[in-house]
Amino acid sequence: MKMKMKMKTKTKTKTSECDIVVVGVGGQGVILLSSIIGKAALKAGLPVRSAETHGMAHRGGSVINHLRIGCMFGPLVPVGGADILVALEPAEALRYAHYLSKDGVALVNTKPVLPSTVTSGQSKYPPLEEILAPLQRICRGIKTFDATKLAVKAGNPQTMNVVMLGALSKYIPLREEMLIESLTESVPAKFLDVNRRAFELGKREG
Amino acid sequence: MREYLLGNAAIARGILEAGARVVASYPGTPASEVVEILAPLAKKYDLHVEWSVNEKAALEVAIGSSWTGMRAAAVMKHVGLNVAADPFMTLAYTGVRGGLVVIVSDDPFCYSSQNEQDSRRYAQFACIPCLDPADPQEARDMTIYAFELSEELELPVLLRSTTRVSHARADVEVGQPKETRATPQFLKNPARWVALPAHARPRHSVLLEKQDAIKSALEKSPWNQLVLQGRSELGVIASGISSLYAEEAIKQLEAEADISFLRIGTFPPPEGLCSEFIRHVSKVMVIEELEPVLEEYVERVARVHNPDIEILGKRSGHIPREGELDPYIVRNAIADMASLPLVEPPSQSLREAAAILPPRPPALCPGCGHRAAYYAMREAFGTDAIFPSDIGCYTLAVDMGTIDTCLCMGSSITIGCGIRFSGEERDICCSIGDSTFLHTGLPGLLNAVYNKAKITVAILDNSTTAMTGHQPHPGTGVTASGDKTKSVSFEALARALGADFVETVDPYNVKATIETFKRARDYQGLSVVIVKRACVINERRAGIMRKPFMVNENCTGCRECVEFGCPAIEFDGDSARINSLCTGCGVCAQICPNDAIEMVK
Repeated sequence: MKMKMKMKTKTKTKTSECDIVVVGVGGQGVILLSSIIGKAALKAGLPVRSAETHGMAHRGGSVINHLRIGCMFGPLVPVGGADILVALEPAEALRYAHYLSKDGVALVNTKPVLPSTVTSGQSKYPPLEEILAPLQRICRGIKTFDATKLAVKAGNPQTMNVVMLGALSKYIPLREEMLIESLTESVPAKFLDVNRRAFELGKREG
Repeated sequence: MREYLLGNAAIARGILEAGARVVASYPGTPASEVVEILAPLAKKYDLHVEWSVNEKAALEVAIGSSWTGMRAAAVMKHVGLNVAADPFMTLAYTGVRGGLVVIVSDDPFCYSSQNEQDSRRYAQFACIPCLDPADPQEARDMTIYAFELSEELELPVLLRSTTRVSHARADVEVGQPKETRATPQFLKNPARWVALPAHARPRHSVLLEKQDAIKSALEKSPWNQLVLQGRSELGVIASGISSLYAEEAIKQLEAEADISFLRIGTFPPPEGLCSEFIRHVSKVMVIEELEPVLEEYVERVARVHNPDIEILGKRSGHIPREGELDPYIVRNAIADMASLPLVEPPSQSLREAAAILPPRPPALCPGCGHRAAYYAMREAFGTDAIFPSDIGCYTLAVDMGTIDTCLCMGSSITIGCGIRFSGEERDICCSIGDSTFLHTGLPGLLNAVYNKAKITVAILDNSTTAMTGHQPHPGTGVTASGDKTKSVSFEALARALGADFVETVDPYNVKATIETFKRARDYQGLSVVIVKRACVINERRAGIMRKPFMVNENCTGCRECVEFGCPAIEFDGDSARINSLCTGCGVCAQICPNDAIEMVK
């Protein structure tokens, strides 16, 4: 196909109220985080679409979830169209940075998870500054914090995804009560308190 | 009532609301969740839900149920339909009584598959109707409709999902599960149910006569929608999820008033709507994933109704025939047709990402018995031996040098036989998982014994179907709905199929596993080694904990343990280190030549 090249990255008509990509490493809770937001959108009466990574890629691999709030179309966020990039791991933030719109915002957990290619010495994990610099260049703003540390502070490192949810809560068109209600329905009752603490700690960072 | 549902959950919901009696499946991404969601509900809704040993068995179980007049579904991934193709093709001749829906999920871009075949071709091949849902709502609605259509036509109906429908989530309007059913009764009718040549010939005629009924039923169905724009010369026709990409693109391009749109959800496509559409426009873009099924149809209809129309799509190079479509590809294809500005092709990643990021491929888990099994296999056979392998988690060990082939379920043993019979003289050690062995490895092993292949077959038994989400199988002693059942013995099976050398070993015992493989290698005949160790994920879920290991001062930095490839072992420049992922399998401690790895006290 012939390409008549014209610079036009932002479309005039918006087809989704808020496009989010959630990225991380298989096992970090990317699907749960997306699903809490999706259920909250349902409570708010907004149409919602998401696309998940299942199967082979999930064994410690890199994962991406697409989430579109207030959208009636396909589940995939267009490249260059994400309003928010939520990264549960810094290298994964850069890996999927091309999804960000230039008006978008990135929320990045700064705690690395080393891939097997690094632990085995085949590849190097780049310094954090080198990972974050390109992100800062291409979007409107980036928030970085050690969400894993905050999750430990909340009482359980596995609530890191909920720390990220707390940070995200300020940026999405859903009321906090909806998110909390959805969170309450999505985690076992005995872990609710620790998850609520994780949410609050994340909110302060957002 | 609206629920936030995964596409596969929406299909499961449709099955419940249609009042099906039997649902049978073999797990496979992206289709596995349909049965996973139904299995716990089986008793409540008096539903028989099963994990069958393979897709052919699953479809035949569903057929039996349908022939008693009960609704039934068979669920599988796209390549599973290859396994079930034998009953599938002749089922179109015999037809059905209770509605029978074959639910198949395709995997454009091969996210978790060995190919990206298009199941709509199978429906064409079998001359049966196919429904192509665009999203979870349509997946639920079409499932219910498919059962009704199947009964109306007395034919099976193919519901074709894809990864982006099965693994999408959306708000879905649902109804109530259907409580009442007819009474099952098998009515003897050899002319229908006995596919002898004398019966098959007239049934083929019946199938061909039904083609008009299929067309008129689908023509009336709500899944095809035509929006004609009065002054428009341009048209877009799209099917399944591609129609959502197309609608979004037309809206973003603000071209709604300039482009007529035909949305297709059924195959064969509706002839009336298509011909009306084709007469209305002078240029049309056909948008669909994978094969040009719709495009070929549009070409045929155009020959009759508007031979001068310009047809764009796969043939013109606007829409790729491989991989999955996305909003960008579809937007630019439509923009190009409408002479609207194109957007720049999106970068696959930022320049820096490609330059500095370490790859993060999926890998075997820390403590996975497969890694230990392959280590021992390589030690015993050496890297010059030939290692045909199969489909499962263990294929992730491809970098260990013990996976030389992977084609389809169960093919390791038979391909190994062919390599042997070609005259290749090197040692051959096949590897096949427990569930895969039961799926299609059994006839392969029998074939190998019968034809006297001198090969070794390693059954990597982790007591689950791990890759697809830990479904039980006949070796686990549990059914899909959680009932206890007979647990088959792999040793007894291998012996019954004629193998004389059959040994079982625990891969966490490295020395014993190497020794077993050496004996198997040297055996003058076919040998079977069952390498048995439960999946570490299942062990963790069952609460099995072991003390982790650590590196002590004896470490010389020789990297033997690092090369083992366990994600729990790191190398920091001069010595190894064991991180918090350690599950305490202790295999690295046995590999270490310097006694430098010990259990944490």
